Amino acid sequence: MFEISPAEWTAILLSLRVAVIATLVATPFGIALAWLLARRDFWGKSVLDAVVHLPLVLPPVVTGYLLLLTFGRRGLVGGFLADYLGIVFAFRWTGAALACGVMAFPLLVRPMRLSIEAIDRRLEQAAETLGAAPWKVFFTVTLPLALPGVLAGMVLGFAKAIGEFGATITFVSNIPGETQTISSAIYSLIQTPDGDAAAGRLVIVSIVIAIGALIAAEWFARRATLRLHGN
Amino acid sequence: MLRVDIEKQLGEFSLHASFTGEGRVIGLFGASGAGKSSLVNMIAGLLRPDRGTIVIDGETVDDTAAGIHVPTYRRRIGYVFQDARLFPHLSVAQNLDYGRRMNGLAPDPAQHKRIIDLLDIGALQDRRPGKLSGGERQRVALGRALLSKPRLLLLDEPLGALDEGRKLEILPYLVRLRDEANVPMVYVSHDAAELRQLATQIVMLKQGRVTSFGGVKVLT
Repeated sequence: MFEISPAEWTAILLSLRVAVIATLVATPFGIALAWLLARRDFWGKSVLDAVVHLPLVLPPVVTGYLLLLTFGRRGLVGGFLADYLGIVFAFRWTGAALACGVMAFPLLVRPMRLSIEAIDRRLEQAAETLGAAPWKVFFTVTLPLALPGVLAGMVLGFAKAIGEFGATITFVSNIPGETQTISSAIYSLIQTPDGDAAAGRLVIVSIVIAIGALIAAEWFARRATLRLHGN
Repeated sequence: MLRVDIEKQLGEFSLHASFTGEGRVIGLFGASGAGKSSLVNMIAGLLRPDRGTIVIDGETVDDTAAGIHVPTYRRRIGYVFQDARLFPHLSVAQNLDYGRRMNGLAPDPAQHKRIIDLLDIGALQDRRPGKLSGGERQRVALGRALLSKPRLLLLDEPLGALDEGRKLEILPYLVRLRDEANVPMVYVSHDAAELRQLATQIVMLKQGRVTSFGGVKVLT
């Protein structure tokens, strides 16, 4: 019974690729934004904070539709990217990665922000008195101390990205081999007669990935505590 | 070597201090709340004066009239805080090497060895700061500051967080440092006995003003 078919493998591998790319691309932006929200006061900060959290509270279909309007072939940004840079998101796996990245972003940023806020700023001052320019302070003190939070954010973001459904299917549809992730494959299978066994297998795969991500996040959180106490 | 003439308003508190230090160890003496730490933070560049000038070793690092404010990391100072502030994610050896790396200085094994022997911290090198006692931590912090080759060492109540026994343990190291390390120091303390042992010159602060200035005898 537990024989994963080539079509199912395709969906699983596509999901993994989409989620890995989404997480890796979102991470540098996530770190920058987490730092900005944790450390800087500027005009419009609460607005920016709200916008980042928007995908968490908006219906995913709405986010997907907004992505379609913006990044579709006729969208403002999508048209520009397609015409001048040859980057196409609509109905491609790259679009799925974009949708997953946007949906995962609030979850990815949050632990990063919390871990940067938890850093003793007096350590950064000490680094400065030892001759470290601000960017060196960031890379030698701030980032290493925030690393467990950064990794936890990546794990959570990855878990969200791999399970994303609503925004993805709205933005890039449900094309096997191109945009059909585990979630959209399950959706299709349970609407097909005799699809139950295949859907069940994909459900089990999803559960395994989700639990693995939670265990990893927990492990990173524990490392964070140890690291900040200098053991 | 150190010329300070600054004004700073901090809430209700106003700090207005002016002195020129020539001695090897300038003792900054005063009760808590007299403005000692704010003054040291201004010399370090962590705090910016409202008005005035600060000159370290002939270099003007602050001059509000001329719009000069050299950032902390370019002042080539060392700073030992009351709470050692060792980097918890680095080993003792990495902490000690941090300043040299950040300043892009070539390794200087002779000086390295001299300071590690002076402070007796050779045996601690592989440990993490979390595994050190308060006294050990403060000695490593001293070594870390000295190894960045500062032209002025600031010590803000470096014994303040230690109990009497530990204080007596560290004090001899500080005396040796004064006599052998060849770095001018600004030593902040509210403890007259401590300063009598260490300082060569005293700046007495009271409620943000310099009330006396001179040799160690002004402490009486």
